[in-house]
Formats: sequence, C-alpha cells, structure tokens
Amino acid sequence: MNTTIMLFLVQDGITNGAIYALLGLALVLVFAVTRVILIPQGEFVTYGALTYASLAAGQMPGTAKLALALGVGAFAFDLFVARRALHGRLILRSLVTNVALPAIVLALTTYFAAQKPPVAVSIALSLVIVAMIGVYLYRIAFQPLAHTSVLVLLIASVGVHLALQGLGLLFFGAEGQRGPAVLSGAFTAGALRFTGQSLTVYGITIAFIVGLWLFFGLTLYGKALRATAVNRLGARLAGIRTTLSGQIAFLLASVIGALSGILIVPITTLYYDSGFLIGLKGFVAAIIGGLVSYPLTAVAALVVGIVEAFSSFYASNYKEVIVFMLLIPVLLLRSLAAPAVEEEKD
Amino acid sequence: MSALLSVTDAHVAYGKVEAVRSVSLEVGANEIVTIVGANGAGKTTLLSAIMGILPLKGRVSFAGQDLARLDIEDRVAMGLGLVPEHRELFVTMNVEDNLELGAFRIERSKAKASMERVYTLFPRLKERRKQLAGTLSGGEQQMLAMGRALMGEPKLLMLDEPSLGLAPIIVADIFRIVTELRASGVSVLLVEQNAQAALKIADQAYVMELGEFVLSGKASDIAANERVAASYLGFQHEGASAI
Repeated sequence: MNTTIMLFLVQDGITNGAIYALLGLALVLVFAVTRVILIPQGEFVTYGALTYASLAAGQMPGTAKLALALGVGAFAFDLFVARRALHGRLILRSLVTNVALPAIVLALTTYFAAQKPPVAVSIALSLVIVAMIGVYLYRIAFQPLAHTSVLVLLIASVGVHLALQGLGLLFFGAEGQRGPAVLSGAFTAGALRFTGQSLTVYGITIAFIVGLWLFFGLTLYGKALRATAVNRLGARLAGIRTTLSGQIAFLLASVIGALSGILIVPITTLYYDSGFLIGLKGFVAAIIGGLVSYPLTAVAALVVGIVEAFSSFYASNYKEVIVFMLLIPVLLLRSLAAPAVEEEKD
Repeated sequence: MSALLSVTDAHVAYGKVEAVRSVSLEVGANEIVTIVGANGAGKTTLLSAIMGILPLKGRVSFAGQDLARLDIEDRVAMGLGLVPEHRELFVTMNVEDNLELGAFRIERSKAKASMERVYTLFPRLKERRKQLAGTLSGGEQQMLAMGRALMGEPKLLMLDEPSLGLAPIIVADIFRIVTELRASGVSVLLVEQNAQAALKIADQAYVMELGEFVLSGKASDIAANERVAASYLGFQHEGASAI
C-alpha cells in the first residue's frame, strides 16, 4: 500500500466518522436524558436525506404529511391528558405547536416542491419536517412510557423503527436517491482531493459539536438537560420537567439525524432502509463510549469510520462484519472492568 | 388564618403495605413543624407523598389549593420545596450550576438575588462555587441541597433528616439556619431522628410510630412528655416509668 492510498482511506474514514460521531452523540444524549436507546435514529437520517433529495428533485415528500398526522396524534394525547382540567392556554399552545405548525410546513412544502426550490430552502424544510416528527414521536411513543424500564423503552424504540422504515418505503419507494451537493467544487492539496461536500461535513460536524458543548455548558436549558441525565428526581425537585428534557433531547437527535442524512445523500445513494446500518455504526461508537461519554463517543466514531474505510479497501465483503466486531473486545473489556449491576429501579 | 400546608387523613402504601396510616397535620406560615420518630416510622414516606413522589390517598392542600392533580414540578412552582434524605444533587456539575438549576422555575432576574441570599446563608458554598457537587463533604452537600431548594423561593421547605451523618458542629449550623429561614418568612417541615435538637427549634411537633401520629402539640410540651423523653430523647424524667 502506498501513502496516497492510505491518506485517501484515512480521509474517507474521517468523513464517514464525522457523521457517525454526530449520530453517536445524539444517541448518548437521548439515552442519558430519557433512557431510550434510539433505534429510529437511522430513520431520522433517511427521512432527512430523502426528504431533501425529493424536494430538490421537485417531488412532494410524504414525510410532511406524516409530520401533520403525528402532530394531530400528539395533540390528541395532550387533550386526553388534560381532559379533567381543560386549561385553555395549554390546549391552545398544544394546538399551535402540534397541529398549526405542521399544517403550515405542509403547505409550504407543497408550494415549494412544485417549483424545485433552492438548496437552502430544501435543507430548511427537511430539517423542520424531521424535527417535528422526532418531537411528536417522543410525545406519542415514549413520553407515556417514561417511567417504565429500559427494556420496555427499547421495545417501543424497535417498534417505532419498524413503523418508520415501513412508512419510508411507502413515501420514497424502493429506489435509492441522491441529492445535490450542499457545496460544490473541489481543490487538491498534494495527493489529496477535498470536495466541497466533505469540507461541509467536517465544518458542520465541528460546528455542531462546539454548539452542543456551548449549549450544555452555558445555557439554562442545556444545564437542565444534563441535570435530568445526572439525577432525574433531583431535576424534578428543582422543577425541571422530564418531559421537557425529553422533548429537547428528541428535537436535537432528530435534527442531528436529518442533518447527517442531508450531508451524506450527495456522497452516497441512500435507500429507504439505509439509515438503520448508518445509525448502528453511530451506535457502535456510542457503546464504546459506554452510552455516557461524549468525547469518547466522538473519538470512537472516527475510529469506526477509519476501520470501515480500510476494511472496505482490503476486504470489502467483510466490511460490516469487521466494523461490528469492534464491539466484542470493547464489551469484553467493559464487562471485566465494571462489576455486574442490576438495572436501577426507579 | 388557614394553614399553609394541610394534610387530612393521609394514607400512603407501597403495594399492599401501608407505610402511613390516617395521618393529618398542619403547617402554618412562619412556623417550624417537626415530625420525630424512629427509623422506619414512615416519616420519609410521608414527605415524599406530600411532594408528589409517592401516591397519597387523602387530602393535601397547599396555600389553599388542592394538590391532588399536581405533579412534583407544579408543586415546586407553587412554592413547596423538598430536600430529600439522599440530597439528589447533580454530582457531576459544579455548585453554581446546581444552585442555578434550583431557580429553574423562577424569573432569571430574581435568580441572581436568590443566589446572593443563599451565599449569605452558606458562605462555604460561595468559596466552593466552581467545585463539583460530588466532591463536596457531606455537610457541604447538605448545605448545597438546602441552597438549591431555597433558590426556588419556597414558601414551605421540607427537610428530610438534614443532620444525618454530619459532624455535630455542622448540625448546629444547619439548625441555626433553619431558624433563620423562619425569621425570613419560610416555613419549615422538619423530619429528624435527632429529636432533641429538632424539638428545641420547632414550634409544633408530631411524634410518629409505625406509620401513625401518636402525639402532637406544641414542641415544648412534646419535649416535656415523659414517653417522648424516654423513647426519643435518650433520658428519663424523674419518676417516669418505662414504657
């Protein structure tokens, strides 16, 4: 192997690893705050990517309608909970955020889809649509189960994943799609060629990680999210609603997922079910980080990306096998390092 | 004047086991009320149920409002605060962040003044404000837990065993601060195993045994009661018979 190939593989690995890092961070965040292992993270990726690609191709994405349907469902849940004490203001707020907002976005999407919108509009609409889907899903599928065990939440998570994947087939069909590059053009430095798209990936990943760091370190809501992750009862006694923290966590996770999808769909063709495998690689990184450590997850994600790049060069048939085998020594080490613990009963 | 907190005929059960039976109590404005009793009498259970952590059968009203439909967060916003026995701090965050989060339901403009007030009550916390909560000593953690609860500007603060496991000098400090709170207009519902210290500063007292109140009245009368003296204060009045 010569240096050029090696550098090329490392570069490719870092590009993918950056995406896995974003996804891994979102998984850690959601688990820490809500105890949900977010299997549908991959669907946020495909929904974001394919919504963006559809819009760019001038097609109406079905996800906009799904957002409205889920919003109506979330509103119904809110109404049911508030049935004994009908607070006008609370219900109005729920109506605006769960029904009016997705209805407006649906109208905008229909309007823009007909006339091949500019890239920025497609991106903005895709992000908003997937973000709404994420938040409404939390309201419908996870908030009512918030007090149950990790296992119950995991089963719900698998259910949501299967449902979203089926709907993805319905909305986008079985054919793969590609989207236009966010930033076109390229330049070469020595033997390496940097495309505008890969630079966008690096830039956005770094910006997001810095942004998350500032959000968690400096803002009251960011601190409230950390507090919920550290001590749920303590947070409630300080007046921080676990449902609010859950909503913010799902909002961030769905935006991160959709953004990852939009970043990779110009590089690779994505199918309605591609997200699962991509999400799983973020999951490998998150597991290496023990589902708690953000920095370890980010580093692990880069390792996953680089291992994937090298194994697809040397043994492309075994690419996935090699990546997922990374888990075995990590789990072994972790099980040796930590004594067996029973699941917390809270 | 109606009581700030009023609990009527409360029952709290863990499954089929009733840990608290038919308990009624009142806490007035500017009052320290203490519940004394042995380990396992149901004191912590009662406080948790008043806060909304455990389901309670019976009636609880606070500042004239029935709490039945309100969850923990709503009760906090109404001005009911609990410092639990295990303190439940955000151990991986620093002292200042812990305090700031205590004011989550308070206007940001008021939170600054709240923090100054807490630092005046607990100067030690100000010295340690950048230190992680998990690395504080037991006494400092208790101060932080009380400080965090005070940041929410409670009208009534419920303290669960604030002196547990602390050095006597710190215990004295904490009891002094409890009386300062009363002077500044915060009522306190104090659950303590250290009955002697609690009865000394309290206005009203309840004695709890096996999930029920067996005695209630003015704290000074309870302290003088022979049975209480024998069982909880660790000495016998002259001529008192063993129970």
